[in-house]
Amino acid sequence: MALRQCAIYGKGGIGKSTTTQNLVSALAEMGKKVLIIGCDPKADSTRLILHAKAQDTIMSLAAEAGSVEDLELEDVLKVGYKGIKCAESGGPEPGVGCAGRGVITAINFLEEEGAYEEDLDFVFYDVLGDVVCGGFAMPIRENKAQEIYIVCSGEMMAMFAANNISKGIVKYATTGSVRLAGLICNSRNTDREDELIMELAAKLGTQMIHFVPRDNIVQRAEIRRMTVIEFDPTCKQANEYRTLAQKIVDNKKFVIPTPIEMEELETLLMEFGLMDVEDESIVGKTAAELDA
Amino acid sequence: MAALTREETQNLIQEVLAVYPEKAKKDRAKHLMVNDPSLESAKKCITSNRKSLPGVMTIRGCAYAGSRGVCWGPIKDMIHVSHGPVGCGMYSTMGRRHYSNGTTGADIFTTINVTSDFQEKDIVFGGDKKLKVIIDELEKLFPLAKGYTVQSECPIGLIGDDIETVSKVKSAEINKTIVPVRCEGFRGVSQSLGHHIANDAIRDWVLPTREGKDDGFEKTPYDVNILADYNIGGDIWPSRMLLEEIGLRVIAQVPGDGTLMEMEKSIHAKLNLLHCYRSMNYISRHMEEKFGMPWMEYNLFGPTKIEESLRAIAERFDDKIKDGVERVLAKYKPQWQAVVDKYRPRLEGKKVMLYVGGLRPRHIIGAYEDLGMEVVGTGYEFGHNDDYDRTIKEVGDATLIYDDVTAYELDEFVKKIKPDLIGSGIKEKYQFQKMGFPFRQMHSWDYSGPYHGYDGFAIFARDMDMTLNNPCWKEMKAPWLRPAAVEQAA
Repeated sequence: MALRQCAIYGKGGIGKSTTTQNLVSALAEMGKKVLIIGCDPKADSTRLILHAKAQDTIMSLAAEAGSVEDLELEDVLKVGYKGIKCAESGGPEPGVGCAGRGVITAINFLEEEGAYEEDLDFVFYDVLGDVVCGGFAMPIRENKAQEIYIVCSGEMMAMFAANNISKGIVKYATTGSVRLAGLICNSRNTDREDELIMELAAKLGTQMIHFVPRDNIVQRAEIRRMTVIEFDPTCKQANEYRTLAQKIVDNKKFVIPTPIEMEELETLLMEFGLMDVEDESIVGKTAAELDA
Repeated sequence: MAALTREETQNLIQEVLAVYPEKAKKDRAKHLMVNDPSLESAKKCITSNRKSLPGVMTIRGCAYAGSRGVCWGPIKDMIHVSHGPVGCGMYSTMGRRHYSNGTTGADIFTTINVTSDFQEKDIVFGGDKKLKVIIDELEKLFPLAKGYTVQSECPIGLIGDDIETVSKVKSAEINKTIVPVRCEGFRGVSQSLGHHIANDAIRDWVLPTREGKDDGFEKTPYDVNILADYNIGGDIWPSRMLLEEIGLRVIAQVPGDGTLMEMEKSIHAKLNLLHCYRSMNYISRHMEEKFGMPWMEYNLFGPTKIEESLRAIAERFDDKIKDGVERVLAKYKPQWQAVVDKYRPRLEGKKVMLYVGGLRPRHIIGAYEDLGMEVVGTGYEFGHNDDYDRTIKEVGDATLIYDDVTAYELDEFVKKIKPDLIGSGIKEKYQFQKMGFPFRQMHSWDYSGPYHGYDGFAIFARDMDMTLNNPCWKEMKAPWLRPAAVEQAA
């Protein structure tokens, strides 16, 4: 099987890292060989696989060694649950330096050192929530990730983010092979959430590849720095991730997304009661003025 | 009389513009004008200080060059740290001939080049930590340095390196001035914004140190600052001698051959004498507003302008200075007259085209005229409209004026106008010499100078003569291609 490179995007705090690690564990269970690359200075994309607090990152090791050229692949690649390979790009503490450049440097290093040449089935990039600059678009540029999965929920901001990320994909899709592969709904238990995300997916020209219900067992596993798959392989939630994994393995629907205008998105949200119909007469009015 | 008539010059401009695509033609047309000295302002005739066109060769520098190279570089007792990757620091090493008196490593550091040599990790994790280490290392290596400036290269602005905090913290720790300068190269359209940023840094980080404090400075009514003379080839020295000879006391040279302490005490002067208006009018205006200190432009190129300038300066002072000026003018008349007598016959009627930086496209015109020469084309790399306002009064009617001229345009203008001498920079030098035109570098004085004052005028006249009347220009054609040889062969 040819190597498939996938990137997971989505609004900050939506559960990208948790979903990715559980999904990857399920793939590993199926016998797939997977590499996870964390593209976030927080470096929390591999902790559930490695049972570690935070893995030593490529950039922190490079800073220690002098430069990234001084590193060897085995310094930065760790192996965790069922042989899953893990790397973290790392980056600065908040407020200094350039995290985007860290992602670019780290990914280039992995590529040059041949991290992808081994016998791999999947590479998953787990990317920082907000694609604030070119660095965080690195995984979808230059024919790296070809499949983008967006984690979202039935909340307004998560859907705004999904639409924006689709815009980013369009930009690179026309010059490369990157495609939107589906929305993963990580449920927040809002009303008619599945319908809403399916509707959004349809508008974006893609699919809701799976609806992952909310289950506290995910958090219980996480406290133990484990995925659900490893913590309690027999539980219902583990099967949800297995289903997601199987759907991704079988996925053939790769599209150039059709992001929608803000107004269309707002209409959709209003339809589902997530947003009130705008009353133009109250815009710019203070509380005192409204009372009068 | 200009080289071409008004109509011919207009036609020349149209002819040269003709090769451009429509959009470029429209843009460049605004930067070229035919002079009319009767105009009040240049505004309607020329556009300046705009982004250069992509695809053309332009001679401009960047904001970092304007700050690191121009305004801060000559301050001799401070170490100027080029903060960022190594290239900017490396290529700005000793490229500019701002001379300074002193002993390198002890009281002057102008020839020492320091860069933080950014690596990937400095971009990703920030360069502020490295900057602290550099200051500590410099303190050990050169304990006599009076302070530091941090000259930002492009990445500093991109990663938001907090150089202000580092400067404040380290400054308190070592009890020396550290000036952070946000002169990232991508800012602005040329080095001009770098000058402004450097001026603002002087305003914010240097001038306040003595403001409102009793520093024991004993003022005299004759205290002046020399601003924006960069001491190229030693220019500021004959200038200062003249000003002192007329009875003034120069308390600060900023920045040419100047020191941090001079900059600080410059707030005590009675008058700012501003040499290069373009690069330091900002701080002059600030000092006028803040300290009520008037400023005036002056020009010490050639005896005519020297006389005009010294008399104008004297107007700001009492009879002691006025008498001093007359005495000095009388004293040096035989000296400059001898220079004119010697060189004028060799240079009379020769035509010059200039293309330089901030003030020379207009300031040196008088010196050429003193030698009987005429400037038939001139322009600025990074001038603003107020520079052109001043220029239209200095050159004759129908003179060609060009702003941010492209290599192609200048080539074509020269081919058509056929001046006897071209004065521009290193990038133009060899191209025009190969075309057979006598050429002087007028940024660096072609490794000569000084050109200011009476002493400088003698050197200026000699240099122009030895370039223009050099026998090599008669040897541009191979002997067998000369008419006589061809005839003989026939």
